[in-house]
Amino acid sequence: MIIETKKLQLYYGKFHALKNVDLTIPEKSITAFIGPSGCGKSTLLRTLNRMNDTIPGVLIEGEVVIQDRNIYDGQTEVEFLRKRVGMVFQQPNPFPKTIYDNVAYGPRLHGVTKKSELDGVVEKSLRSASLWHEVKDVLKKSALSLSGGQQQRLCIARALAIEPDILLMDESTSALDPISTTKIEELTRELKKSYTIVMVTHNMHQAARISDRTVFFLNGEVVESAETEQLFRAPRDQRTEDYISGRFG
Amino acid sequence: MNMTQTRPAADAIAKDGRGKFPKHKLEELRGRGYVMFCVLLLIVIIFSIVYFIASRGLTPFASQGVSVGEMLGGLKWAPEADTPRFGALPFLFGSFATSLLAAIIAAPLGICAAIFMTEMMPKVGKNILQPAIELLAGVPSVVYGFVGLSVIVPFLRDIFPGQGVGILAGGIVLSVMILPTITTVATDALRSLPAGLKEGSYALGATRWQTISRLVIPTTLPSLMTGVVLGIARAFGEALAVQMVIGNAPHIPHSLTQSAATLTSIITLSMGNTTSGSLHNNALWSLALILLIMTFLFVFVVRMLERRVKHA
Repeated sequence: MIIETKKLQLYYGKFHALKNVDLTIPEKSITAFIGPSGCGKSTLLRTLNRMNDTIPGVLIEGEVVIQDRNIYDGQTEVEFLRKRVGMVFQQPNPFPKTIYDNVAYGPRLHGVTKKSELDGVVEKSLRSASLWHEVKDVLKKSALSLSGGQQQRLCIARALAIEPDILLMDESTSALDPISTTKIEELTRELKKSYTIVMVTHNMHQAARISDRTVFFLNGEVVESAETEQLFRAPRDQRTEDYISGRFG
Repeated sequence: MNMTQTRPAADAIAKDGRGKFPKHKLEELRGRGYVMFCVLLLIVIIFSIVYFIASRGLTPFASQGVSVGEMLGGLKWAPEADTPRFGALPFLFGSFATSLLAAIIAAPLGICAAIFMTEMMPKVGKNILQPAIELLAGVPSVVYGFVGLSVIVPFLRDIFPGQGVGILAGGIVLSVMILPTITTVATDALRSLPAGLKEGSYALGATRWQTISRLVIPTTLPSLMTGVVLGIARAFGEALAVQMVIGNAPHIPHSLTQSAATLTSIITLSMGNTTSGSLHNNALWSLALILLIMTFLFVFVVRMLERRVKHA
């Protein structure tokens, strides 16, 4: 188990957003979080790389153990954690820099300065994000000149460039057209060979298509966590069945 | 073909008005007329000002025997001498030197204040720092000049040789005056940066300072420069406060604490002592024309920077 949460509680001020979450996420697989809006799935995702730290009024109790270490033990450096746990957001958010500088941004932060080394990382990351062939001749062009789908794959390449073990994807296809979505789904399937992927999706079909495990959230609680095929074919909980059969959402 | 047949809706409205001019059309006409009048008046005013300054300011060159080269390059300003001289280079130098010095002092302060208010402590920034800086913008320039004269000039006199007046004193006073401009423009620029960009940087393991120096500042640089240029333009045009602390000697100083003069300070000092239409008076208009052209240039630079922001 690469990620394990133990009795995780999260409060936004008085609002109890995550209730007693106990979850294990296996290595080199795709785990999908599904559930209606406001159920806490994105909140949980963002506790895994401590992106909630900056939000005022957030209180977190319990443990999140990543690679045998509780990241809320008060000693984990958040910069180091985020180097191991990369993230791709809902809206493509490339920096207004060149394509090359976008991918090289992370490695440079962590001290890589040699041109040859950076060149290698940029090419490798763009290849992993299956964007290399589309951009290899325009690396010095602004990242904002790319299409939305290309921008999102660039953001994936940017996240891969710091060589994380875990990749968090927060509804990363919801702002994209169907063709770009398919491309990213294929890419995600490819990436799970080398990375542990945790994704939030509001699209149940996407979870069913590409994830190995699915976790269903409701009102800040984990209702059911199981192999994807089992969860969709034979849910154990009535609420899961109601949700996946579209009785509420 | 009959129009009433092809436009039944218009026909109905006309009938509804029972032959009178419809009310909404009158309202529309009145509103449009009012706006057009104001715009036309504004255009007329602007062109009159430019025309007036240009016609007066160009007279010395056109019909009173002063050469453009002497005015822009000459070092001696002696308008009332037997052979009057109109070298304005010392004033040009004084204006540029004080404005640039003010920008060099105020730009780091203003941009850092903006970063503090937007990135570090938004609450303290919004409740304390921002109102304090906005207050600076409301202080009349004569007060700045007075404070400069009674605090900064004696202070400089104690440290450096000379009277304490000069480019340095002018630059310091101006820097405080342009601080609100630079800070406000920089704050707006930093606030308009999409939150997703900064999150992207943090998610890659960047610290706050890395995010500010590698992403926030490079991305907003054209906007930050816009603020600085607007500040310089403001400093360039300021007359009273500078005049009070610069010493008003018409030569290029050898040091920052030696008496000097600017285009504006020489205009305000001399204008009252000349008669309209005299060569001296017209030469002051020439200085005003130079100021006007400089302002156009500053506006042009700001436009260019804004275009770069849009293309980024």
